[in-house]
This record gives sequence, C-alpha cells and structure tokens, in this order.
Amino acid sequence: MQEVKVAIRNGKFTTSMQWGGSGEPLLFLHGAGGPMLGAPFLEELAQVFTVYAPAHPGFGAGTGIEHIDDVIDFALYYHDFLDELQIDSPHVMGHSLGGMLAAEVAALAPYRINRLVLVCPAGLWLEDNPIPDFFTFNPQQMVEHVFHDPSGPMSQMFTEQLQSPEAQLEMYKCLASTGKFLWPIPDKGLKKRIHRLQLPTLLLWGASDKLIPPVYGEAFQRAIPGSRLVHFASSGHMIMLEEQDAFVEAVSDFLLE
Amino acid sequence: MKCHWFHLMPYQDLPEDFKEKHPSVWVDVSSELFDPARGHQFYNEYLDQLEFADSLGFDGICVNEHHANAYGLMPSPNLILASLARRTSNSSLIVLGNSIALYNPPIRIAEEMAMLDCISGGRFVGGFPVGTSMDTNFAYGQTPLTLREKYREGHDLIIKAWTEPEPFVFNGKYNQLRYVNIWPRPIQKPHPPVWIPGGGSVETWDWVAEHDYMYAFLSYFGYEPATQVMQGYWEAVDRAGRDRNPYRAGYLQLIGVSETDAQAEKDYAEAASYFYHRCLHVPDHWAAAPGYLTLKTIKSLKSPFSFEQLADLKWKDFVEQGYVVAGSPATVRDRLVEVIKEMNVGQLFSLLHFGNLSAELTRKNTELYAKEVLPFLREQLWNEWEDRWAPRPLKEEDRMPVAAL
Repeated sequence: MQEVKVAIRNGKFTTSMQWGGSGEPLLFLHGAGGPMLGAPFLEELAQVFTVYAPAHPGFGAGTGIEHIDDVIDFALYYHDFLDELQIDSPHVMGHSLGGMLAAEVAALAPYRINRLVLVCPAGLWLEDNPIPDFFTFNPQQMVEHVFHDPSGPMSQMFTEQLQSPEAQLEMYKCLASTGKFLWPIPDKGLKKRIHRLQLPTLLLWGASDKLIPPVYGEAFQRAIPGSRLVHFASSGHMIMLEEQDAFVEAVSDFLLE
Repeated sequence: MKCHWFHLMPYQDLPEDFKEKHPSVWVDVSSELFDPARGHQFYNEYLDQLEFADSLGFDGICVNEHHANAYGLMPSPNLILASLARRTSNSSLIVLGNSIALYNPPIRIAEEMAMLDCISGGRFVGGFPVGTSMDTNFAYGQTPLTLREKYREGHDLIIKAWTEPEPFVFNGKYNQLRYVNIWPRPIQKPHPPVWIPGGGSVETWDWVAEHDYMYAFLSYFGYEPATQVMQGYWEAVDRAGRDRNPYRAGYLQLIGVSETDAQAEKDYAEAASYFYHRCLHVPDHWAAAPGYLTLKTIKSLKSPFSFEQLADLKWKDFVEQGYVVAGSPATVRDRLVEVIKEMNVGQLFSLLHFGNLSAELTRKNTELYAKEVLPFLREQLWNEWEDRWAPRPLKEEDRMPVAAL
C-alpha cells in the first residue's frame, strides 16, 4: 500500500489516503481518533481487497471541513469521492464516527454499495444507556473506555503517543472536527434513515466497549433487518487493533461471501 | 480614565470543602447547594451595590452572562440591567455581555438592548462575548468548532438590525429571517457602543481592531498574562492602522482598598480565596471543549488553558502576582497606575465585590475606592485622549428622572 494525495471537487477538499492491494474495492472510514493510515489491519485487508483509506476533512491531512455542515454533507462528500475516483460498487467499512458515516453513505444510496461493515458505529442514542461524554475525556479516561485491557501494551502505547504536544494537538483537532457531527449528543438523525440499509450488513462489537456499549450493537441489529452481529470477547472499542487477525478474518469472510 | 463597577454576582454559600467534595462550580454543580431564599438576598444586596456605585459617580456599572454555575448568578444580565435602568441616573449601563450564539434568533439581543437603551435614555453599552466553553458548549450545547462563526454571523445581524432603517432579508448560515425589523430602535446612533470581552483568543484582537470596538480583557490570572494579552491586542490595533487610544482597551481587576496594607489582608483575603478556590473551581475538562479554541490560539498558549493552576495560590501570591490589587489607598493607586500605564488601558473594570465579600466590606471598599482612588486615576490618566467608546445619552434635561412615588 502507499500513501497518496487526493483532491475532491477541484481541490476544495484535499487529503491523504492509504491506498493499494487488489481485489474488490473497500472504502474504510476512520473514527474520531483520526486516520489510521499506517495501520497493519489495512495492509492485511489489502491482501484481499483494493483498500481506500482516506483521512476525513478536518482530520490528519484532510482539508475542507469548513465546507461540511452536517452528517449529510459529510456522506455526500464520500459519494463525490467515489464518483471522482471512479470506484464502482465498493464495500464500505466504518469505525465509530466512521461507522455512523458509513451507514449514512449507504442510506443515501444503498444500491451503489456492495456490502457494509459497521465497527462499533456511533449514530444511535439509547436513553437508558447513554454514550459517555468522550469530548471531556483525558487520555487516561479515553484508554479506560476504548481498550479491553486498560493496562495492556496497546493502552500503554496509546498513552505514550499522546505525551507529545503534536499528538495532543492532532487529537484536539480530530475531536474538534468530530464535534461537528457528534456534539453534544451523537444522535443526528440516522434513526430516520437507517431503514434504508437494505444491503448485507455486518456489525462488529467489542464485548468490553465502554465508549459505545454492546447494547448499541443490538439496537443496530434490530434496526437493520438481516444484519449479522459478531462480538469480540477480548476487545473494547478498537477491535481492529485489539484482535486484528480475528477482525480481518471476520471482515474478509463476510465481504467475500 | 474610566472606572466601572463590575459585578459577577457569585453565590456565596459554597461550603468550605467545596473543592474537595464537588467536581466543579460550573456545568455539573449540584443545585442542592443553591438556596433560593439566599438567592433572593444576594440579588437584592447586589443590586443595591450597583445602585450605590452609580450614586458615588462610577463611570459605569457592569454585569455579564453565565449559565449553569455558582460563579455568577446571571443567566440573563439584561434583566439586571432593566432593573438598574430604572433605579440609576448617571452611570453607563454596561452588559459584558450577551453571548450571541446562544440566542435564537440573535435579533432578540438587538431588541432587548434597544429596549435598555431607550429605558436608560441612551446610557447603554452592549458587550458581545463569545462566552466561555462551559456556558456555550456544555451548558447550551453549541458545537465548539462553529461557535465563533455563528457568533460573528449573529454580530453582523445585530448591527444591521440596529442600523438598517427598512425591513430587510437576512439569509445567513445560522439564521434565516425573511423580515428583520426590530422595534424599538436604540437611542444611540448609529448604535450603542460595542465592547468585546475576551479571554485572550488571538483572532478576536484583529476582529475587534478592524471593527474599531473596545476590547475588554477579563483576566483573573494576574499581571503577566494580562500584559501579554494586551500587548498582542495593541499589535493587532497597529496592524489595523488604528491609534493607540487607551480607551479602546479595558481590563478587569480584583481590587481591595483598606486603611492599610495589613488591614486589606484582613478585609479581603478570605473573599479572594473564596473567589479563586471556589468560584473558579473548574476542572480542565470543562475549560475548553475540543474546537472551542482555534488551533492558532492553542499554538500561541504557553501552557494548556487551565483553571487548575489557581489551586495553591495564597493571599501573598494574589497580591504579588497581581491577581488582586489590594492595600492602602496609596498602595492601590500606585499599583493600578503602574499596571494601567503598562497595559495602556482606559477602561478599568473594578471588581470591588468578589467571592463571599460581605455587604459591609463591599460598601467600605466601594466608598474608599470612590473617594481615594477613582478621582486620582481620573486626574492622572489619559486626559489627552477622547473616549470614543462611551455611550452618548440624551441630554440630562431630556432624560426621565428616577421616579419618586
């Protein structure tokens, strides 16, 4: 895979994208924490698919967030992205914020998407199980909520990475942009559109996800007829990092069915 | 020099172990701490204090807006000013101010301020703060990243609503109004003075300077950061090609005047401690929601924006580092002149009540300041400059007197 520059709508938006592999096209939409451009799970998926993993506007190298006011603008941006890169009938996979976005992209035009994978997506709100206000989290609280093992090596690596001022600034920027779609409550109308997701859909949830608890997986499954829900026993909110091999296998098996 | 009497209207009964037992003074502070009967007492006591300041000849009396907090009990400062407009006759009535992005549509502000200007005979000054993150993002649910854009659009709408004689269409990003036509209209033409309170955001300086408004730095962190902020502001004024007229700048200062320096500590140390350790007990996670500060401002900060740095300060620190200017009249005069000159500010927002300062000591502070400090500052400072940011009321003979029934 390689990192390439992309310009959308005549340069109104520019971004970096991890791109490569061979096989059916797979668009990956990242979560609130930022683009995962070098992540090994993308390399693994690129063994089987042609992976497109761009940074969203307002995240990492992505510019143009000021032209996007809400989640529908955001989803339409990705339709333009697919048009301009001439990506036909892609699989779409999204994580967390990106999961909500993937659902919105598919709800706007379900017939243009091949299969949909939602990895602990945001987008619904359950009064009895409110999603915590992660905008107020410090790094320690973030680790406790997103990792199955808050004292494990993955958590430590994450905490260490967040020591540098540059990383903190980037995290601030990512959360600021996320606020445009999830502030103050991550419920921006998906419930009015989710009935349109009449396409093969896989839901993946970490059993110990404390950011978007597994009860949300059941809510998504109920709302998307025929969808399949798979739990990962040793994952929190970061399944693709916490149980990479099982994650890649589950995604690949589903998309190749 | 202009000296204004500024009231925050704090809740005074926060327990001594408030900081240890309660997470914050803002946003999620328990309403069980609020006794409405005490609220009744505080509001009336505070209104008395503001009216007293008017009677002693302060240039302005000043209030501001906050939400979901025990730091300042004025979700609606315009209600307070409405009361003051009827009970005072000379001072400027300053609201610092209304957080524009919280009003839907913001012509509500244009209307209420026009009412206040009419009731007061043109003594009104309208302040437009962005608002703290606690007030705007957390308590009022505004999206941090678009708050400033929404604020500026609201500002443009308000100014146009005040100045455009005919009904007009406003097709904004955040406000769509087919018929903008406010009644009443303000007395002051083209509109009441606009003052912009700020906490040190870089882009606010250029915007204020370009619009030729007054910038009021509401600092609680002592001389050093305040001096830096004002320096940044004056550079923005230079960039905009404006003069360095001190009246285009204001500064808030906690002040305690007593007979002697030692007596000042006896009089004001407890209230200062209450203010810094209880009223400003704000944990970092409320201080600035992601996106509230622009990346430019964050990069300009030496350390992350935090109220927690106040935790260990004692009276000696407050006085030495300029969090509080306190002492005998001579001490207060000297220190104020030094700071005011250093920062080149013409409007001093004198915080003569703070924390849980008693009504008695507030009266003493106000009287001593009015008698021993205010005349001195007026005589010594800035008489060579014109204050173009003061309200322009009706002539005294055209104004309705305070009614005696």
